[in-house]
Amino acid sequence: MKQASLAHIAVVVAVLAAVPLLTASNVVLNFLVVALLIALVGQGWNVLGGYGGQYSFGHAAFFGTGAYVSAILQTRYGVNAWAAFALGIAGGALVGALIGALTFRSGLKGSYFALVTLAFAEVLRILASVAPITGAGVGILITLDLRPQAFQFQSRAPFYWIILALLAVSFLIVRLIEQSRFGAWLVAVRENEEAAKAVGVNTQRVKLAAMTISAAITAAGGAFYAQYFLFVDSGIAYGPWISIEALLAPIVGGIGTTFGPLLGALVVKMLGELTKLVTGDAPGLDLVIYGGVLILIVAFAPRGIAGLIADLRLRFARARPRLRERAHG
Amino acid sequence: MSEVLLAINGLAAGYGASEVLRDIDLEVGAGEIVAVLGSNGAGKSTLNRTISGVLRATRGSIRFAGHAIEREKPAKIVARGLIHVPEARCVFPNLTIEENLDLGSYRRGRAHRERNRARVFAIFPRLAERRAQRAGTLSGGEQQMLAIGRGLMAEPQLLILDEPSLGLSPRLVEELFALIQRINAAGVALLLVEQNVVQCLEVARRAYVLEGGTFVLHGNAADIRADPNLKRAYLGL
Repeated sequence: MKQASLAHIAVVVAVLAAVPLLTASNVVLNFLVVALLIALVGQGWNVLGGYGGQYSFGHAAFFGTGAYVSAILQTRYGVNAWAAFALGIAGGALVGALIGALTFRSGLKGSYFALVTLAFAEVLRILASVAPITGAGVGILITLDLRPQAFQFQSRAPFYWIILALLAVSFLIVRLIEQSRFGAWLVAVRENEEAAKAVGVNTQRVKLAAMTISAAITAAGGAFYAQYFLFVDSGIAYGPWISIEALLAPIVGGIGTTFGPLLGALVVKMLGELTKLVTGDAPGLDLVIYGGVLILIVAFAPRGIAGLIADLRLRFARARPRLRERAHG
Repeated sequence: MSEVLLAINGLAAGYGASEVLRDIDLEVGAGEIVAVLGSNGAGKSTLNRTISGVLRATRGSIRFAGHAIEREKPAKIVARGLIHVPEARCVFPNLTIEENLDLGSYRRGRAHRERNRARVFAIFPRLAERRAQRAGTLSGGEQQMLAIGRGLMAEPQLLILDEPSLGLSPRLVEELFALIQRINAAGVALLLVEQNVVQCLEVARRAYVLEGGTFVLHGNAADIRADPNLKRAYLGL
């Protein structure tokens, strides 16, 4: 598979960074902030699922932990918002390492792994909906304090650039993984775990490391969410919606590719907006659309949009010399 | 026999309560080719899995190059130079041949990797021709060669081949055993765990016959070939 170069990453980030200079529309910026947030959360999933082949249905566990840790530290302990953000990422990584240690040690694979991660996220959701520290059923409202020191801004543009910067960091992390020995081992685990063991890969440790990195990236999305919407409750933080978004974006965009989650998030979010335009705000309809898109992708383009683009390019490259012959002949 | 590389004493192993292997004693000397013969279900795979650390021994000891390895993780055992080439087509299908080979050598430095790759390509020229091709597109025989090549990438002292001739055409089997002798000539000891008795006994110096989870015969390959018990043990007659 062709890897994204630093130049690719730089161009994509630069183009996206210019958007707020072209439009001041809050609708556009809000749409993009949410899409990039989903891309970031999906990138987290992609590290474990796309490169490591371990399909988690419970990335909400990491997203929610990032959001809650950051919100609780700010509102209850007066911790600075930026420090709380960093600790939220650390908290998510810790939860990832714990769940990873438990599941991989017991040898859970495939659908069993998926179901157990789903169960962990659900348990956390139920706990958060009753525990006083998470605000139980009411949730947590982060106090309005529109200063950059408090990680709050008057306009949406700074939020947009921050989520873009986080996404850019995730691109670099993924590229680093792709080029490292660790990445080769991770792909080996995805391709054939028995063979990976035979070549001396410590598969447990590789999977655990992937899950920790994956959880940290997704937790960054959660902590950002808390800062952007200034509100967290158990359904938002640990609800299945975010677990679905996390896996939908990379699967639609192209699993195990650098830009897959971004492509997927943009397409899925645009589809969601279009449905809303056509049908009004019928509850649950976006999920129906997601389900349909997922079935179509898995059936007809298992390598996602990135795979489709690569195929088209190949076909174009093959067709071009023929066209030239025809033109000359 | 020269210096002992692998020494197994009183080994027992199994799955849960059922014991598959018992009273296993086996030795492989440095640079030697040794065969373990046995029919289906005799315990060959269990023996392989136990030596390579995937399965824990319930009793007994395994020493490799002077170290007790029966409690070590598979990755550690590979790092020591004991490489197991698993049964039938255990390659990474969506990776290229070159990527497959490199995975065998990631524990070593880049310079080692390139030298090892050149060595493997010299032994398997067909792999060199198709280095950028996906491993899944290779024939069964080529995949087997790739798996062995990947094992060689790790600079093994001892290479355990699990049923290397399984599913290969007679001509490819000939070729495979010739390659095994070439690999051995370069100083690598080999443990062949096989059903293919005739050819195995031609290349191996010594052989063990596994039946019902324990060795019923062992000795020089020539003696084993002549032993009337072989047919009985092997064919279960």
